[in-house]
Amino acid sequence: MTPNSQSNTARHVAAPAAQQDTIPPVLDIADLHIEFPIYRGAVRALNGVTIRVQQGEIVGVVGESGSGKSVTAMMSMRLIPQHSYVVRKGSIHKSGKNILAASEKQMRQIRGSDMAMIFQEPMTALNPTMRVGRQITDVVSTHTALSPKQARERAISLLREMHIADPEQVFDAYPFELSGGMRQRIMIALAFSCEPSLLIADEPTTALDVTVQKQVLMLLRERAKKTGTAILLITHDMAVVSQFCERIYVMYAGSVVEQGAAADVINRPAHPYTRGLLGALPENARPGAPLLAISGQVPNLADLPAGCAFRNRCRLQGDACSRVPPLLPLTSAADAPGHAAACWMTVREQHDA
Amino acid sequence: MAVTPATSHLSYSLSYFWYQLRRSPMMLLGLVLIVLMCLAALLAPLLTAHDPNAIDLGNRLLPPSAAHFFGTDEVGRDLFSRVLYGARQSIGVGIFVAFVASAIGSVIGCFSGVIGRSVDRIIMRTMDIVLSVPSLVLTMALAAALGPSLFNAMIAITIVRIPYYVRLARGQTLSIREMAYVQAATTFGAGRSHIVRWHVLRNALPPVIVQMTLDIGNAILMAAALGFIGLGAQQPTAEWGAMIASGRNFLLDQWWYSTFPGVAILVTAIGFNLVGDGVRDMLDPKQKVK
Repeated sequence: MTPNSQSNTARHVAAPAAQQDTIPPVLDIADLHIEFPIYRGAVRALNGVTIRVQQGEIVGVVGESGSGKSVTAMMSMRLIPQHSYVVRKGSIHKSGKNILAASEKQMRQIRGSDMAMIFQEPMTALNPTMRVGRQITDVVSTHTALSPKQARERAISLLREMHIADPEQVFDAYPFELSGGMRQRIMIALAFSCEPSLLIADEPTTALDVTVQKQVLMLLRERAKKTGTAILLITHDMAVVSQFCERIYVMYAGSVVEQGAAADVINRPAHPYTRGLLGALPENARPGAPLLAISGQVPNLADLPAGCAFRNRCRLQGDACSRVPPLLPLTSAADAPGHAAACWMTVREQHDA
Repeated sequence: MAVTPATSHLSYSLSYFWYQLRRSPMMLLGLVLIVLMCLAALLAPLLTAHDPNAIDLGNRLLPPSAAHFFGTDEVGRDLFSRVLYGARQSIGVGIFVAFVASAIGSVIGCFSGVIGRSVDRIIMRTMDIVLSVPSLVLTMALAAALGPSLFNAMIAITIVRIPYYVRLARGQTLSIREMAYVQAATTFGAGRSHIVRWHVLRNALPPVIVQMTLDIGNAILMAAALGFIGLGAQQPTAEWGAMIASGRNFLLDQWWYSTFPGVAILVTAIGFNLVGDGVRDMLDPKQKVK
């Protein structure tokens, strides 16, 4: 369980702002290996994940189910019960504070005031038996010294900032009286209530319909820019990521397989998995043609094959693929700083070109 | 309107309650019985012409008449007065047991479920041990150990009922603990006691309330049983169980002595059970669809 931040940070070749070392990154996950022990073995949920979020940055983490996105998010807030996982290697720092070594009491202070989270299901993320306003003032008064009356005013002004037309009425409403979009706005208001420096949004729009999705995302971005909050957006929706994020990490089987500026990753994907994901977007399909899919399935994390985890589903297999590929910067790195992919084939292809 | 102003919540709840009530006549009947019994208990001094403890040896074991609606007992006390005053004891015991046992039990159950691990194991195994002894036997043993009196009988019944609430509340807690809003509260920095108080207890409440309403009738029966075997209320306190016990000696010739307290127990217990069933239907919308 001892965090080990020294090892392997060299692999984190080119995070764009790695040089601005004066302010520590808002979130710095370095070479994190996490296992969940099971009967006679372990599920290797994260295998060397390095993610860095700078102040005020909007970063996306994409990947299919079981790629380790949610475990990464939960670990950043240390929401997984402590006896259920083992940290094999790596560290998590929040603005310089070691999350893995913090006491539960310290974590309670950090959660809510310094980092907050938005969940996928706005339907169930609010307590059905409490008025919305009370749920906001509870959070506000946990982390600030405001009087009940001031907390109420703060909550109402937060609701107003979420473009809710009648904040006083919504303040006194129960969650079941509100629509999904409204509830997600209230979750966002809650998350911003103590002006955290980092907001982790775990598929915040998956449960909403498309027209509301856009409103909610725009609202999220507007608030983040105004308060200088960084956002780590966990999603499997490539379209959302390409419009919303500045930088992207693509995860597969518990590792980051590609990272870089959003435009670079979307327009010039280097890893076959990223290419597959983008190719599978229904928006990119020709009308009438069958939708493309990545064949095969995510490998069993309790029994990862040797070498590249994507090997069995990949069309570009070579001899090198029997070894685990590191994240290598692309040759085009001069005009796409920070763009890196963990693939022997495509990176070499680009080096050769 | 999506949003109802706060002021109308109460009147809305009341009108909803009335709407539900009209749809379940059995609950209405139960409610009427309870209200009648409660009124009888509260207004006993106004409704009765005789002191429940006034001995009148000249009028022993009289059958029901206009002067003594339910007749008199072996020392000439008016049974109607005694049954009405007895309602105070019985309903009081029922309500005390239901409230105290559910309060203690659900708090223990919630914490047990939230803390988990060895604390949970110790608490739940202790409750299993208590539950493994037949409840009437355990109540009798406790009441006897504490010394026979109505108050001690009440304490004994309460202690025996607590494990039911612990189990109920713990089961609820285990499912609520996994709800997104509990997790969300954790991500906003809420501590364990805040989560229990504001998120778990509140949402675990509906089944506890149902259990409570059903338990009042149960506790009344239990108190009467203890009174009957002499471990509950003592003479000269007017208590239904004790009255039935002393009337037993006269059952063949003076039927009214035991019968009226017995009917009173029956009516009260049925009333609370009907209301309990009705409350369960109200609080569990899934069961209502037939």
